[in-house]
Amino acid sequence: MLFTSYEFLLFLGIVFLLYYIIPKKLQWPFLLLASYLFYFIANPWYLLYIMATTITVYITARAIERKKERFKDWYNSQKKQLDREQKKLLKEKEKKKEFHLLLLGLLLNLGILAVVKYTNFAISNINSLFQLFGGTEISFINIIVPMGISFYTFQSLGYLIDIYYGKYNAEKNPFRFALFVSFFPQLVQGPISRFNDLSKSLFEQHKVEWKTISFGLERILWGFFKKLVIADRILPAVNLIIHDTDTYKGGFVLIGMLFYALELYADFTGGIDITIGTAQTLGIHITENFKRPYFSKNIKEYWKRWHITMGTWFTDYIFYPISVCQPMLKINKFSRKHFGNIIGKRVSVYLSSFVVWFTTGIWHGASWNFIVWGLGNFVVIMISQEFEPLYERFHKRFHVSDKLYYRMFQVIRTVLLMSCLRMFDCYRDVPLTFRMFGSMFADFQVSNFSRESFLSLGLAGFDYLILAVGLIILVTVSLLQRKGSVREQIADMKAPCRFVVWYGLFLAVLVFGAYGIGYDASQFIYNQF
Amino acid sequence: MKDNAKKKLKKVKLKQIFTAVLSVTLVLSGLWLIQALLMPKYMHGIVEGAMIAEYYEEEKNHDVIFIGDCELYENISPAVLWKEYGINSYIRGSAQQLIWQSYYLMEETFRYEKPKVVVFNVLSMQYNTPQSEAYNRMTLDGMRLSSSKIKAVQASMTDEEHLIEYLFPILRYHSRALELEKDDFTYLFHKDKVTHNGYYMRVDVKPAGTVPKGRPLGDYSFGELAYTYLDKMTALCEENGVELVLVKAPSLYPYWYEEWDEQIIDYADRHNLKYYNFLDVTEEIGLDFQTDTYDGGLHLNLSGAEKLSYYFGKILIEECHLSSRRGEKALEASWEKKLKSYYEEIKNQEEQLSQKEKLSQEDNLYQKDNL
Repeated sequence: MLFTSYEFLLFLGIVFLLYYIIPKKLQWPFLLLASYLFYFIANPWYLLYIMATTITVYITARAIERKKERFKDWYNSQKKQLDREQKKLLKEKEKKKEFHLLLLGLLLNLGILAVVKYTNFAISNINSLFQLFGGTEISFINIIVPMGISFYTFQSLGYLIDIYYGKYNAEKNPFRFALFVSFFPQLVQGPISRFNDLSKSLFEQHKVEWKTISFGLERILWGFFKKLVIADRILPAVNLIIHDTDTYKGGFVLIGMLFYALELYADFTGGIDITIGTAQTLGIHITENFKRPYFSKNIKEYWKRWHITMGTWFTDYIFYPISVCQPMLKINKFSRKHFGNIIGKRVSVYLSSFVVWFTTGIWHGASWNFIVWGLGNFVVIMISQEFEPLYERFHKRFHVSDKLYYRMFQVIRTVLLMSCLRMFDCYRDVPLTFRMFGSMFADFQVSNFSRESFLSLGLAGFDYLILAVGLIILVTVSLLQRKGSVREQIADMKAPCRFVVWYGLFLAVLVFGAYGIGYDASQFIYNQF
Repeated sequence: MKDNAKKKLKKVKLKQIFTAVLSVTLVLSGLWLIQALLMPKYMHGIVEGAMIAEYYEEEKNHDVIFIGDCELYENISPAVLWKEYGINSYIRGSAQQLIWQSYYLMEETFRYEKPKVVVFNVLSMQYNTPQSEAYNRMTLDGMRLSSSKIKAVQASMTDEEHLIEYLFPILRYHSRALELEKDDFTYLFHKDKVTHNGYYMRVDVKPAGTVPKGRPLGDYSFGELAYTYLDKMTALCEENGVELVLVKAPSLYPYWYEEWDEQIIDYADRHNLKYYNFLDVTEEIGLDFQTDTYDGGLHLNLSGAEKLSYYFGKILIEECHLSSRRGEKALEASWEKKLKSYYEEIKNQEEQLSQKEKLSQEDNLYQKDNL
């Protein structure tokens, strides 16, 4: 069920009405029912996967917690008779047992993810090797990839790791935990919520509140605007450029790259707006996932503002644990000893970052494109980090860091850099991506930017006009966001102005949205991850 | 003090109610206006989309209602039926009108009036599944909202269509915002008539050449769904005391197979219905496909339609026992106006045609001179 389909709007309308009509204590069980129904409608088989993740993570988390509690009780009763060394040994032994449980939970779920998402990728690589050395090719397996599996698996595993580290107590009620995993608005494309952030508003009782509901609806409308008026309208041009690579070379590659940057932003942030807005109409708070990423001054800042929940997930659950694990500490010690402090301290950071970006890449999709994209980010971030002292000196020498033109230069540079890396999302394979990147310079022609060229991309003049106005609105809203919540600013307006803004946005989506017959109903890009 | 506070509260509440009512009114009227602007007007070029809606403007006391596709609305002239026989008739037809659409149009018509005879053209029996969104729209958009319309939409939708887009056509036509034409503004609040009691007039001539024989089919049986709706039509007419007459118009193409004809004859026999295949009596009718068609035999032009109407009117009087309604003052007055507009259009079209021919002759001469 696409977020932008009539079916979803009908589903949402019914859920919304029933949610506020039924007794409040039944609100969260009803949401669980609705979420499972949502998933069932998409494909009944999906339910098996999400239930497998829910059950295994729930049982493992509860087992870890019970083990912790039992050990704590036993330890408290015994600790007077134990010396310091014995206490340390016992704690380590206990931690190891808990770790084994954690490992079991992680392996089970990452195993499911690996099988459904990466088996065919592995087979295709093995077949490539067989082609080189001769051998029988393995057939691909036909397996369903459940919608949003990467999102709910990572969300569940984050919870499991938090329980292992004792950040909060494990949820005792399996049905409440099931709702945390399957809450339907975030099932499609995230964000990757943390249990302690989401659970409070997810399980508490909500009454009808005009402000919350109207803010939620506004957010949904804004999401529809981004998705239907901008992302889906520019989509035909992006598709044409990236699929017809014989025709669309040189300057067209640059156009395609920038168009894709706009499409991806409008598509992904639009989807998240719909997710957050939907949850908000039900009184539930979901963590923000974007903070005007295209206004970032460097790539490091960009990754703190783009897909925030994924970034923090990788930092908290991969980067830090790897950085402080025993083997890494040993490597750190070894490299400091042999290469000196300056190089030595970087080795562990580089290694941990490498793992993070490799996983980030492969999380996005089972293909070399995404792996190279992830590693490309790694290289750029590491180089930026190494050049940081040089930048600092430059800023101090020329006093430019607070100048508007320099900030704009930094913003444009970051957008271009990220857009270049995003080219790996677009083209069929890695060699083609490099070829097209090269073609952007080698085959560049000024005529690629003529009126006729733009009109040859499957968009009419009016499409460009709508896109231009849409882009202006998008930038204006982003600038207004710097002063605080735009919805609060609208709420402070006089009633007629408020009416004009709401109605204008509604009509813009209704009339200028790329939906219905004549347009291809396009799935959200991040839905496939 | 208390009274003042109460008054103030009442004032605030009244203001809130007023604001809410005003907002809802503005929203709805705005949406209505935009929808009206975006909907295709079908006033020039493809006018078929405007035909179905014209019926609602009519005085509904017809003797005969014709229901079917282009083989009726281009081949039968109600003006001739009135002029020659005093029969008051109307054609509820549109382009590629499928049998289930015809059925629901019939159901809707019976809510307004009970004619003595309903004539159904059987060509659409060949279709057993929804065909095309564009044609669906031309028939269904013109229907007023009713249970018949909803059922007709549900029966007609192709996979890409949604019921909600018929109930709120703005969801379908929003993309026309980028292609609005002068007609969209001219005909925003009113529409011109494009037919004469459902008859779409063409005076031009394009003689029929060699009409290709139909390609052999694997299965000549009409589909189950088509039969279901024909049964429903028969039952509905029976329930309402209306005589159902089946016809096959004398169009040379699309090809009407012998096997199809046999099935209709058989059906008519079993259900005691009259069936007239005009293809078998073209000579009796006096049709000459060199002069009586405007598109090489697919449809009749004015001359052909008038001949067929004259022929069929006689059948309606003699075999369906209709009687002339001449003498009904209101009806005569109404037809007087209609006939006036009918003749005016003939004159207009003939003038346009002669101008076109003149221009074409001049063009030919110019080309010859240049050569």
